Amino acid sequence: MTGDGRSRLRRWLRPAPGTEGRRRFIPVLILLGLSAGIALLNPTFLTPANVITVVLQASILSIVAIGQTYVILTAGIDLSVGSLVALGGALAAGLAVKAGLGTYPAILLTLLVGVGLGAISGLLVVKGNIPPFVVTLAMMAIGRGLTLVYTQGRPIAGLGADFIFWGTGEVLGIPMPVWIMAVVAVLATLLLTQTRFGLYVRAIGGGGEETVRLAGVRPGIIKLSVYMLSGFMATLGGILLAARLWSAQPNAGIGLELDAIAAVVLGGASLFGGIGGIGGTLLGALLIGVLSNGMNLLEIPSYYQQVVKGMVFVLAVLLDFATRRRPMP
Amino acid sequence: MTGRPRLAVRQGCGRKVLPRFSEITVSEDTPLLEMRGIAKAFPGVQALSDVSFTLYAGEIHALVGENGAGKSTLMNILTGAVPKDAGTILLRGRPVEITDPRRAIELGIAIIHQELTLIPHLTVAQNIYLGREPRGRLPGTVDWAALNRQAEELLARLGLDLRPTTPVAELSIAQRQMVEVARALSLHADIIAMDEPTSALSEREVETLFGFIRQLRREGVGLIYISHRIAEVFALADRVTVLRDGCHVGTAPVQAVDEAQIIHWMVGRTLGELYPKTSQPQPEVVLKVEGLRRKTDLQDVSFELHRGEILGLAGLVGAGRTHVVRALFGVDPVERGTIWLEGRRVRITSPQEAIRLGIGLVPEDRKAQALFLGMAVRQNITITRLRDLSRLGWIDRRRQDERARQYVEELRIRTPSLAQRLRHLSGGNQQKVVIARWLTLNPKVLLLDEPTRGVDVGAKVEIYALMSALAARGVGILMISSELPELLGVCDRILVMRGGRLVGEFDRAEAIQDAIMTLATGGTRS
Repeated sequence: MTGDGRSRLRRWLRPAPGTEGRRRFIPVLILLGLSAGIALLNPTFLTPANVITVVLQASILSIVAIGQTYVILTAGIDLSVGSLVALGGALAAGLAVKAGLGTYPAILLTLLVGVGLGAISGLLVVKGNIPPFVVTLAMMAIGRGLTLVYTQGRPIAGLGADFIFWGTGEVLGIPMPVWIMAVVAVLATLLLTQTRFGLYVRAIGGGGEETVRLAGVRPGIIKLSVYMLSGFMATLGGILLAARLWSAQPNAGIGLELDAIAAVVLGGASLFGGIGGIGGTLLGALLIGVLSNGMNLLEIPSYYQQVVKGMVFVLAVLLDFATRRRPMP
Repeated sequence: MTGRPRLAVRQGCGRKVLPRFSEITVSEDTPLLEMRGIAKAFPGVQALSDVSFTLYAGEIHALVGENGAGKSTLMNILTGAVPKDAGTILLRGRPVEITDPRRAIELGIAIIHQELTLIPHLTVAQNIYLGREPRGRLPGTVDWAALNRQAEELLARLGLDLRPTTPVAELSIAQRQMVEVARALSLHADIIAMDEPTSALSEREVETLFGFIRQLRREGVGLIYISHRIAEVFALADRVTVLRDGCHVGTAPVQAVDEAQIIHWMVGRTLGELYPKTSQPQPEVVLKVEGLRRKTDLQDVSFELHRGEILGLAGLVGAGRTHVVRALFGVDPVERGTIWLEGRRVRITSPQEAIRLGIGLVPEDRKAQALFLGMAVRQNITITRLRDLSRLGWIDRRRQDERARQYVEELRIRTPSLAQRLRHLSGGNQQKVVIARWLTLNPKVLLLDEPTRGVDVGAKVEIYALMSALAARGVGILMISSELPELLGVCDRILVMRGGRLVGEFDRAEAIQDAIMTLATGGTRS
């Protein structure tokens, strides 16, 4: 009987291969359930101050995960985002403070470096024909190494007020990173749903690369662009993180790639590519934010938190594999 | 060299034979398309050598040949998907270079591929206009409303009852085929190539498709129709060109040739030579299955296989044929049903179990599922027998070589040595290695899933002969094939599958290609 029940659940979740169906409700249900559970155990969870903290913490992850969403939609993966977050913060802070470039030129230059490193990953994937997992694993090491070299392993403090404003300032009672996340999310959604680029990104994943090529579109440029976008988003996240913490930490963003990928997958994207969206990713990032915050409130030691996060990630991927067959080629 | 096109008829490659159909008049106009002296080599195989092909406006030109004859390669060159090594392509008498797919589309050349190339999670409209989306007001944006409107008009013009916003994943295979057709038509192409467009269609859908094709011919489109169903060629085409092993064998108006002639051109030998059948089924049943069920893949499948019998399993791709052999081999065990092997009831829950019982499987995709391409011939042949060929875990190399050499000789596997890596053998010899591996186990039942796919004609004949020899030794063989002539030539009986069920059975004597096709595509047996 359990077999029947399970297959009925699967059918309910998967009305047709390759389509979303009702699967999209899963992250919402998990989010509500998790929030209710934490709120019952610790009522502080639902206080306005804590809610704002959760959203603030989730906002930087969301920005990084939005870049990741594009990569995963093409059936790729970007493991370098955590390192690029650290590099983004360090470089922007260093250029602004130590090199004395001033806040805005420093930020601009840093974002360009992020795009450039993403382009290197993308080129290696497209031209070198190396699996994205390998390329971005290398970039993860390179990015972290460059950060340590640049900072000599020490935090960079002494950021100017105009820099710190982007992490700690508020407009209408809402922190700046949340505003930026909102703007990024809207733009990313428009890019994904309203442009040819977005359509081709969705087309390439799930086995459509050859089809796209035969339709006269060059898939290489599309794939290159998603890594550049991911590099941009990661360094942007790093800049905001440094601004929020008043200083750039060389160890920032360790393990963030896992959170970002988990957010995308929890949000309903398929690691096989083609399926997924910005809204889902935001939900996924919020879910991870709630989970971290909840574990802190429940005073679960941070070492155990790592274990829990790893398990949540595996469960999310399991859900992806179990409720979806590989899209038909 | 332009002007009146000659009817070149050749035997093999190179040796020209005098034109036999000189009385047939061919239009004096410049051809819409002329491909001259096209050559293409892939590593290890000359896919095309000196192939010429002409197409006139308002003509349906059938391109036929066996798998691996070079039809698809020729079309891939035409559509810019692969570059040619030599030769020229003229469009309306002017030489063109088709460097990539985009260039082909610009030149008005469209192709409908055999493997459907639609992207399942995109909508019908998005798939039809992929790469050619109507622009929105802002740069880079797509005007979705216009896209869906265009698609709706196109679908309506074609009489297709499809919504533009439906994801392709929700469509049946036949509906997807129609979307492919719609996409080709939306290109306003002057030249449309169709690669086996009917392979997944029911009879009624085939008629609808033929209706489109004839309408396109009236509108002056030049159509290249690739098929290995000869009946379709006669029903539809004006002229037919036959390729064999990468060579142009002949071109003729369909009125001037008959089926036997085309088959002869295709395979280079007569039917008797092609299917050397010597075995006879014996009365004892070696394998009996009853009521096999597995999800929606298998629905109540029952049949008997006799000793020494070659039993064919016909049906369309996705009819459940592969599920039958995978179930019998324990890869995807059945949920319900009974299996008897030599009268004993058995449960087959894993490939190990199947092998222990004496059942072998030659899978559909030999490269991915059967061979270790980077390993030597000796290892590939003996890998299932290593337990007998080793002592305390150490492989006895001398006995291994002895065993491997025995099968290389018996099956006439053409390899320079036992150390040759499988990657460097031809498709036919690779397949013989897979079969050899099972022979080392003295199987009672051999399951063959598309055993001659991607194998040249000469090797096919050897594989047929081998099957016949095995059957004569008492092995029961269950063979899946998508090539009906092959099933008709080799099998003692043919079962037809559709939608996971057995829907018909034919004896060797009474099996007719059309009747099997009708059953396989959803008709009833008349």
